Amino acid sequence: MKRVAVRAALLAPPVLFVGLLFVYPLVRILDVGLRPGGRLDLSVLGDVLGDVGLRGVVWFTLWQAVVSTVLTLAVGLPAAYLLSRFEFRGRRALAALVFVPFVLPTVVVGAAFAGAGRSLAALFAAHVFFNVAVVTGVVGGFWSHVDPAIEDAAEELGARGFRRFTAVLLPLARPAIVGAATLVFLFTFTSFGVVLLLGGPGRATIEVEIYRQTSQLLNLPAAAALTLVQIGVVTALLWAGGIAETRSVVRQPVVSERGVARSPRSRGERVFVRATAFGLAVFVLGPPARLLLRSLRGPGGLTLSRFTELGNVRRGGVLPVSPLGAIADSVAFAAVAAVIAVLIGGVAAFAVARARRASGLRTLIGLPLGVSAVTIGFGYVVAFGRAPLDLRGSALLVPLAQALIAIPFVVRLMAPVLASIQEDVAENAAALGASPRDVLRDVTLPMASRAALGAAVFAFVVSLGEFGATAFLARADHPTMPIAIYRLLGQPGAASVGQATAMSVLLMAVTAVAAYAIGRVRVGPFGRMI
Amino acid sequence: MKRAIAITAVFVALAGACTRTGPGDVRSSHVTITLLTHDSFDVTASVLRRFEAQSGITVKVVPVGDAGQLVNRAILSAGNPEGDVLFGIDNNQLSTALAADVFLPYTSPRLAEVDPPYELDPQHRVTPVDHGEVCINDDKAFFDRAGLAPPQTLEDLVDPRYRGMLVVENPATSTPGLAFLLATIAHFGPMGWEDYWRSLRANDVLVVDGWESAYYGEFSGAGGGEGTHPLVVSYASSPVAEMVFAETPLTEPPTGVMESSCFRQIELAGILRGTQQVEAAQQLVDFLLSTDFQNDIPLRMFVYPVTDDATLPEVFAQNAVVPASPLSLPAKQIAANHEDWVQRWTDIVLR
Repeated sequence: MKRVAVRAALLAPPVLFVGLLFVYPLVRILDVGLRPGGRLDLSVLGDVLGDVGLRGVVWFTLWQAVVSTVLTLAVGLPAAYLLSRFEFRGRRALAALVFVPFVLPTVVVGAAFAGAGRSLAALFAAHVFFNVAVVTGVVGGFWSHVDPAIEDAAEELGARGFRRFTAVLLPLARPAIVGAATLVFLFTFTSFGVVLLLGGPGRATIEVEIYRQTSQLLNLPAAAALTLVQIGVVTALLWAGGIAETRSVVRQPVVSERGVARSPRSRGERVFVRATAFGLAVFVLGPPARLLLRSLRGPGGLTLSRFTELGNVRRGGVLPVSPLGAIADSVAFAAVAAVIAVLIGGVAAFAVARARRASGLRTLIGLPLGVSAVTIGFGYVVAFGRAPLDLRGSALLVPLAQALIAIPFVVRLMAPVLASIQEDVAENAAALGASPRDVLRDVTLPMASRAALGAAVFAFVVSLGEFGATAFLARADHPTMPIAIYRLLGQPGAASVGQATAMSVLLMAVTAVAAYAIGRVRVGPFGRMI
Repeated sequence: MKRAIAITAVFVALAGACTRTGPGDVRSSHVTITLLTHDSFDVTASVLRRFEAQSGITVKVVPVGDAGQLVNRAILSAGNPEGDVLFGIDNNQLSTALAADVFLPYTSPRLAEVDPPYELDPQHRVTPVDHGEVCINDDKAFFDRAGLAPPQTLEDLVDPRYRGMLVVENPATSTPGLAFLLATIAHFGPMGWEDYWRSLRANDVLVVDGWESAYYGEFSGAGGGEGTHPLVVSYASSPVAEMVFAETPLTEPPTGVMESSCFRQIELAGILRGTQQVEAAQQLVDFLLSTDFQNDIPLRMFVYPVTDDATLPEVFAQNAVVPASPLSLPAKQIAANHEDWVQRWTDIVLR
């Protein structure tokens, strides 16, 4: 009886939170999209799919995602091969470096690539830059557990060099490749900030079109219908990806990561390692370096003035506050979001860790990840814009949305740690005579706090760079950093762009430091994170 | 655990302190009022300070993007606004906003000085503040060099001789862009405008999101700009602005205006329903119609004042082109078709 009560108490906060702040807005979107006049009316959905222009949007969303995924695999597979199978100087640093773009805020990546002008090439480059880490993480993670003996056997059978890679490693990794490709496709299919900044007026993904239909055309039914189309495609994709992934599994022995990577042996391997490592480093470091350089370049040569002037409100500029004010607001929002995310997510992680089967809760908590940030932002606009929950203009909406987006990450970071504490330490402590309360206070909580800290930092970083939902929710007089950067980049003139790049550099620095810190705390395999 | 709660409390308090300055904010005895406006709003600092000193009201100017986004945000937050007064809605967007019940009626005593044709709402939920004409501008130097006469009519723009020369703003995101689309609808009629835009597209028209990117980013005639297109959708007053901002004094404007392409735009202000400070908001609206502000308008925003007692600056009086009969469309027709037109335009030109 008591167990049930504890379980209910643990489940209540996350279920209520996700229910109110995610499921309810989604239901309201359905309502607006499918019952525009208060009566079930599927014609809006038909109108969207029948509209030539909107069909063009869906088509562009699809093909750019396909091209982005293929390009990402083309860059990511050699990188994954390099990082997982070869030992060379600087390998660890390079592996950590490749991870950084993945956590960079979309507007920062947009700003970094905007220098090349708005073009499809810039858009694809930004997408690849973003998602290479997914391939190196998922596929590389797989390859780092493939027994070198298999490769040796293949070599003895005559498969040398490149042939060994295509004949053995590539087919073995098919499920991992399918998994990585599914994720990359998902991320680029729902790409928002990058497309908004780099796409130009004629190009829009469904995400961008939802934003335009809402903020520019005020056509909420069309936005809702587009949201539903997107949710449909994403769900179908995840389902199909899951099936393809399990179907292509090849049974093989799994070995420990240790001892898998080895020094390059042949001349061909040495060339491959050097060229790929160099190319990868340039590819990952290039855009941030360019951004940094541009932030330091003034009219009269190198200068720090872009940074020292961040405290000023520029007359006639588009920001109602100084960039420093926007930074302060952002930090406050993200801090509140991180606290909420760790509190709610921590409780959820605890519930997941305690339960033998928690797939229901796991799915509920993970849902906001599958649905895009833009959907969440738009959902809040339609859900919290009228009684009984008229929260328009409330300063809380932004951190609540950010927390909701961060919670799945928090759960995935904390649950494994909590589960291991549960099993090992707590049982031992209990066996030694500690009461459950003592175990909680003296063992579980202190050990969990380390995981919670890592999760909080991650939630903070995710919230700080959040753009898709915040674009709908931030008040005009309190833009967050990504909003301010987006606004400034939309203005011509060196002064605006200079401010935008300086803010991007700051945001990039904070994110990179946090990503590095999380890497140090070691939060488990990459695949778990996304 | 207690510490965690304490830390949370501090964070929440901090966030509250950082984020809770909106309409309805009262600092000591001072009243702060928030003016929501578009990115092109500008006022001479001393003019604004004079008003603040006289009234005891601090004005916080908050740019929200282009006029389209400004109005849409106001509609989405109707009754629970992000500011107290909105300036920058134009005649083409008016009916949508009035239907959404965004504004409180207010009859400013200064309305007596305003020419009747500018008053668009008999209930005075909005107050006219300025007017201007959206017209095609041409870069005189470019056409001199090319030995080509600048286009004179909208029809000229689809002539292959002017191929790839015109840059326009997206009517979905920009009010001059919308005004130009409406100009083509007014000129070619509801049946002809779509074909006209198809021809413009075939003639390589360039579309950008906003006026600033079009004018300073793409137009070759803008002083200090980097553009390469000699034709742009801008304002009848832009050539005067070029003279004012020229680094070396000019005797005549470097750019010209295609008078037959002009479409009238009236900008208005309104008090946002839901404000806690109606009285201060009314004072701000009066200020927007004051001689001080009206005289300041031409050289700040390069549009024309609406009150009779405003005086035009010399450079305007001598060089400004005032189109004799600008194109126009009935407000009702715009309201009924606006969304559909923009959507069809998007399909024809962008997709």
